[in-house]
Amino acid sequence: MSFDYPADLKYMDSHEYIRLEGDVATIGITAFAIDQLGDIVFIELPEVGDDLSQGDTMGNIESVKAVEDIYAPVNGTVLECNTDIADAPEQLAEDPYGQGWLLKIKVDEETALEQAMTAAEYQAKVEG
Amino acid sequence: MQEWITMADSLKPTPLLEQHQQLKARMMGFGGWNMPVQYEGITVEHQSVRQKVGMFDISHMGKFLLESANLREKLQSLVPSDLSQLEPGQAKYSVFLNEQAGIIDDLIFYFEGHTESGTEKGKLIVNASTTAKDKAWLLEHIPAAEIGFEDVSDSFVLIAVQGPDAIATLQQLTPTGLQAIRNYRHQAGTILEQPAWFARTGYTGEDGFEVMVDPATGKKLWQTLLDAGVAPCGLGARDTLRLEAAMALYGQDINDTTTPYEAGLGWLINLDKGDFIGSKALRQQQDGPQRKLVGLQMQGRNIARHDYPVVVDDQEVGIVTSGTFSPTLGKAIALAYVPTPMAKAGTELQVLIRNKPQLATVVKKPFYRRPKS
Repeated sequence: MSFDYPADLKYMDSHEYIRLEGDVATIGITAFAIDQLGDIVFIELPEVGDDLSQGDTMGNIESVKAVEDIYAPVNGTVLECNTDIADAPEQLAEDPYGQGWLLKIKVDEETALEQAMTAAEYQAKVEG
Repeated sequence: MQEWITMADSLKPTPLLEQHQQLKARMMGFGGWNMPVQYEGITVEHQSVRQKVGMFDISHMGKFLLESANLREKLQSLVPSDLSQLEPGQAKYSVFLNEQAGIIDDLIFYFEGHTESGTEKGKLIVNASTTAKDKAWLLEHIPAAEIGFEDVSDSFVLIAVQGPDAIATLQQLTPTGLQAIRNYRHQAGTILEQPAWFARTGYTGEDGFEVMVDPATGKKLWQTLLDAGVAPCGLGARDTLRLEAAMALYGQDINDTTTPYEAGLGWLINLDKGDFIGSKALRQQQDGPQRKLVGLQMQGRNIARHDYPVVVDDQEVGIVTSGTFSPTLGKAIALAYVPTPMAKAGTELQVLIRNKPQLATVVKKPFYRRPKS
């Protein structure tokens, strides 16, 4: 199976992706990770206004098979949660980089993204 | 998310490993075997079995061939069930118990009848992870000199074909009249013109057969069924299917610290047939166990999983043994041990899921019962 790895995104080794536009980061889960999890039944997200620190557990994603934590990939404040996808988690797999985004976060200035991977690096890691 | 991807090495392959790899199955270790978890996806595989027909490679199951004079009588001392009335061609679900009446394993005994020399023959199918333990237990209590015992676990392929279309699909491949083999009956015959053994048993809550054949025939049978449109299903769907049917999984819902009365397997026990290992302990429990294995339906979509605590007013009262999201009900379901006074259907409890109490209601088992055909 082949997956999408959009080139304009940054990738965490815990399988979150980051789309940075100005100081707003859109966060989601990669297509590869969603496929690994299988049938997704539940997504728990933080609340609008929550302050997040990079590396914190900020929610979880539950499939028939397993439950996994979602980690905050940046420091910042939650601006928006995708309640549509939280209400219909089974649709996450259909468009993980579009309709399947999870959070928009206002990113703090001191966020360092050096350890985030490029699309090519992430693809090499997970498919390698 | 962390690394949840399990690598399968140093695990035993079933004879159908190549078939699973060709189908790009996701594999995992289970009971020491390298087994397919899923092919297309747990939910679609689950639905195939509920609505049409699916097949499972269950060659990992422990398979013992038994033969001796008075075989049933010898086995009577090892199981709480009465085997004396079994007819040739009949099967019995039962358990091995220890002296405390803890469950050593659950199993099916298939009685085959008498040989020409007057001995009795049968098969014992046990769990993969307990095969060695069961073999040792059996031979510890029935001296090897008194029983013909052969462990053929690695020598045969076992394929479970399950679902409302299972019998019609299999019947195309065999002259053996399958409809005539009733539920919990079994019979030797042929499939694809090779020797086969058909058992009308399963672990899905659906009608169907488990078919034992030699490895070469097994590969051919798998491919033939695949070509006939039978959905290959992995252990993931096997787990959601058996859980909807509220069938216990050994090592998870039952183990050597749980008794049949606690596990809702009291119907297996016949205390009138005479003594057997565990009968003394069971006689002391006849008034009812302190705790019972119940079905839980979760109010939210969070899955209550193995080992999650059951709580009432912040007090831990029980423990979840299995949980999943039921594709048929569209709800999270679980099995859990709770104190007997809380085991009544309708009782509201909570399960602690990642430190948050989540509402759960005790419901009648099974969660799913197949419509009468």
